[in-house]
Amino acid sequence: MGIIQLKSLTKKFNSLAAVDGISFSVEEGEIFGFLGPNGAGKTTTISMLSTILKPTSGTALINGFDMIKDKADVRKSIGIVFQDPSLDEELTAYENLTFHGVMYDLKKDMRERRIAELLNLVGLEKRKNDFVRVFSGGMKRRLEIARGLMHHPKILFLDEPTLGLDPQTRANIWDYIKKLNENEKITIMLTTHYMEEADKLCDKIAIIDDGRIMALDSPQNLKSIVGGDVVSIKSPDTKKISNAFAKEKWVNKIKIHDGAIDVSVNKAEEMLPKLLKITNEIKSEIISISVHKPTLEDVFLHFTGKTIREEEASAKDAMRLNRRLWGR
Amino acid sequence: MRKVYIIWLREIKKYIRSKSRVIGTLGMPLLFLFVLGFGLKSRISVNNGDYLDFIFPGIIAMSVLFTSMFSGISVIWDKQFGFMKEMLVAPISRTKIMVGKTLGGATTAVFQGFLIFMLSLLMGIRIHSFSGFIVALAFMALIGISFTALGISFGSRMEDMQAFPLVMNFVIMPLFFLSGALFPLEGVPKILRMIALINPLTYGVDALRFGLVGISQIPLWIDFIVLAGFCVLTISVGTYLFNKTSV
Ligand SMILES: Nc1ncnc2c1ncn2[C@@H]1O[C@H](COP(=O)(O)OP(=O)(O)O)[C@@H](O)[C@H]1O
Ligand SMILES: [Mg+2]
Repeated sequence: MGIIQLKSLTKKFNSLAAVDGISFSVEEGEIFGFLGPNGAGKTTTISMLSTILKPTSGTALINGFDMIKDKADVRKSIGIVFQDPSLDEELTAYENLTFHGVMYDLKKDMRERRIAELLNLVGLEKRKNDFVRVFSGGMKRRLEIARGLMHHPKILFLDEPTLGLDPQTRANIWDYIKKLNENEKITIMLTTHYMEEADKLCDKIAIIDDGRIMALDSPQNLKSIVGGDVVSIKSPDTKKISNAFAKEKWVNKIKIHDGAIDVSVNKAEEMLPKLLKITNEIKSEIISISVHKPTLEDVFLHFTGKTIREEEASAKDAMRLNRRLWGR
Repeated sequence: MRKVYIIWLREIKKYIRSKSRVIGTLGMPLLFLFVLGFGLKSRISVNNGDYLDFIFPGIIAMSVLFTSMFSGISVIWDKQFGFMKEMLVAPISRTKIMVGKTLGGATTAVFQGFLIFMLSLLMGIRIHSFSGFIVALAFMALIGISFTALGISFGSRMEDMQAFPLVMNFVIMPLFFLSGALFPLEGVPKILRMIALINPLTYGVDALRFGLVGISQIPLWIDFIVLAGFCVLTISVGTYLFNKTSV
């Protein structure tokens, strides 16, 4: 049935449709990725799903509850890590978690146990009584993840969980997310504009652009839609090789350019020996061979006609980033 | 109730931890007390009483006013630093968040007023009676709640702290100076008296003066009705605007 079901969810800001009637569902236990460039409507969608932004039209069922009619039940079912920092820096890590626990009706002994457990999970047990203001960006992010999990939510929303973090911290956070999904059996919906993040983490990916869903499938399937792998062979004999390859059924497409020949095949690593055997038989010289596997970048380009440029963060995001890095 | 309590507790903790805020908001009232109270002590007497005695309840009211307005407006910080989202996404109504924050702001404001009161005692001021002090305390609470709620109303409508100087110059300062805290209501130009009489803080100041010094220009029950009415009004408006605020 889907633990999250969006039904023509729409949000208009004046005339701009930031989220334009999207419908899909997320299965229980999945890590679901919401991939799109800045301004695509990811945060707006998450804000609506977490009940802090009212949709213009449409609705969603979350853990079986209607996000408009059963707000309180939806709120108890979800945990969320917002794109922008949302900790109280003047409080300690422990106080931030306690505040959250009380807000979600956790009794004192239960709360204490959960705080210990989660600080341990995110590796902050030694920093329990430090003020959040002295934490690094990565530590704050981990604390926010711990906080989002305090009340045992069925679903965890992560809005750009690694935005502005260095590669090592990012990899750490990915580990935590994987671990959570496995150990706590929690459904995770994350948004990102990092291809690698979506590819490494997610069981399913929805590509969103200009408020509309352009594609939705597993990363593998999405990549195979774009076409198989491409083997690029550099050789003085491109004509001859091309003619020989053209006779083979398992070759999808051949393209010659600048002294190289691009052969589209499925499962390039298994086809390489066959290709080499043929070139040997016709005694063609080969200068170099390279294999290119389609990336989500290609998928994205295919479905939206644009590339996602990570460095092209909008001015707003750059500001947010600074705020996170410098603790303001 | 526990949820309202933890929101209240957060306000208290933040207040105690920001020593600069405690000291910063003490400075101005102390300066007034010192310069006006002692400076003009020998020159001016009001209703045959000492000018210092006349103004110190007003200075306490000032300190409650400043502290409560400021803590109300600080919802802007919550919005800017993102903590507001943490509260809004929790299973608690916005009205309860508003109540917790209002009580928190009012508590710190009353405490701040109490500090001025203690310092006044150190300066040699004597109060009228203990029961009067209790009346004064109750009115400090009413002033604190009203103006925290008013501060939250402003804060809910404002995007960032840039508009704060406007509020300071066009709301907080006039409220104080035109409240009868520094001058008696009799024997001043009619227009000044009129303005003072539509200013709710005037009734708070009058009640404090009644409680602490035993002088009063308006019957206590009128002070109470006006201020209680104002309190209900600001809480209603604050709740309404806070419910509409977006992050
Ligand atoms: N409060 C708002 N008022 C007006 N426009 C908004 C508001 N929030 C977002 N938008 C616009 O909606 C679009 C989607 O924004 P957002 O959901 O933040 O994108 P993403 O999270 O994918 O980067 C953007 O064009 C953005 O400028
Ligand atoms: Mg976003």
